[in-house]
Amino acid sequence: MKQDFNEISLQNEDIEIMLLLEAIFIKYGYDFRGYSQAHIKRRILRRKELLGLSSVLEMISRVLDDRSFFDTLMMDFSINVTEMFRDPGFYKQFRSEVVPILRTYPYLRIWHAGCSSGEEVYSMAILLKEENLYEKAQIYATDFNEDVLENAKEGILSIDALKEYTYNYQLSGGLSSFSDYYIAKYDSAIIEPSLKKKIIFADHNLVTDGVFGEMHVVLCRNVMIYFGKALQSKVTGLFYDSLCNGGFLCLGTKESLKFTEYEKYFECFSEEYKIYRKKFKA
Amino acid sequence: MVYKAVVIGTSTGGMAALGEVLHALPRNFPLPILIVQHISSRSDGFIVRYLNELSAIRVKEADEKEQIEAGCAYISPPNYHMMLDQDSCIALSVDSKVSYARPSIDVLFETAADVLREGLIGVILTGANSDGSKGIAAIKKRGGIAIVQDPATAEAEAMPGYAIKAAQVDYVLSLKNIGAKLIEIVGV
Ligand SMILES: C[S@@+](CC[C@H](N)C(=O)[O-])C[C@H]1O[C@@H](n2cnc3c(N)ncnc32)[C@H](O)[C@@H]1O
Repeated sequence: MKQDFNEISLQNEDIEIMLLLEAIFIKYGYDFRGYSQAHIKRRILRRKELLGLSSVLEMISRVLDDRSFFDTLMMDFSINVTEMFRDPGFYKQFRSEVVPILRTYPYLRIWHAGCSSGEEVYSMAILLKEENLYEKAQIYATDFNEDVLENAKEGILSIDALKEYTYNYQLSGGLSSFSDYYIAKYDSAIIEPSLKKKIIFADHNLVTDGVFGEMHVVLCRNVMIYFGKALQSKVTGLFYDSLCNGGFLCLGTKESLKFTEYEKYFECFSEEYKIYRKKFKA
Repeated sequence: MVYKAVVIGTSTGGMAALGEVLHALPRNFPLPILIVQHISSRSDGFIVRYLNELSAIRVKEADEKEQIEAGCAYISPPNYHMMLDQDSCIALSVDSKVSYARPSIDVLFETAADVLREGLIGVILTGANSDGSKGIAAIKKRGGIAIVQDPATAEAEAMPGYAIKAAQVDYVLSLKNIGAKLIEIVGV
């Protein structure tokens, strides 16, 4: 299916999209140039349509003049969809296979990269609590979208989703009752405050920021699916550099290291749930 | 040949309908096939195994970033949108539902039409909602071919009905004739 470069006739619209991403990078420092083109293009054209603009070119001048329009595009590009205990089987596997290994460490450093509004982080906090590992853990939860990070810190859960979360929690091998972990108000639910104690939320861009500490576990789930292959490789390199020997890298269940240069530096610990382990140096 | 891929979308009644269409295709079918079937988010891949059993071509669940190849059918995993990326690799997404569906037929058809232009053949089979009609329109706008199951022969007629209304489609056929038409178009 591969075409020669000469055969590819870039449509004007594609060129305009490249220029828009360039403009955003130069002006605001957020680099979307290595993201999946299908994803970015879909989002840009949707926004163009919503605003009734006639071309992507118009979006360029607008984004340069108007910070709030950049914020809108930032929201469009960073898909923030998440759940508590998404893919319950992953948490089950983590509990039964990874936790016994984590018990052997004197302390634990865990990094959730691309944590969105925090549901994944709180799920892990609950799991660690139930396994009596929470007190010796330090959890770093990062995202490049400051608005969702604010939501994450507040720990507010959607009431509508509680039923689904409860079901996920049960499937994930939870030892208690999910309702122990939130306080329900009439129109919202808030995460039990003690779960926040060991979590540090911070702004971090995987494309442009670097390593900030040595981790035993890195979770980066459903983030790199929005990246092109080259960027996936680069960011996997960042995780490799951040992990201790034998440290765990957990991806989303439909992601893999197969198409990155780093596959050979990791051992596949769970094929089904995409848990990888950094190889010990020979 | 100008054609580069086939996309198929279906919902209610889709498993049997897909079975019939894929069963008709020879092992050396010269195009990749990308399929969205609306399915429960917790489903376990049964449909992939079932369709693979009864087809001469290979049927598999689509992997993130995999390059699409001739003679293979890729089914979108439950709870993910499937897109075709510029380099003809599959890109998955957990983006919100589109027309109440994830995977959404429109998302696949629109992104594939954008990349493959007149090289795309789109097929809408039985289904009980309107997903896919925007996608069919996008394919026709770019000069691709649109095939729709004859609503009168569909287990659920809404989806083919909406597709026919959304664009000037090329063929409205009974299930039995869709496989044969695909073979005729690509000339195996
Ligand atoms: C679909 S959510 C995944 C949330 C959670 N990990 C899960 O699996 O449920 C993707 C998140 O990645 C974040 N993200 C995307 N690009 C990023 C980047 N370059 N650096 C940091 N976070 C990023 C988005 O802001 C979004 O919150």
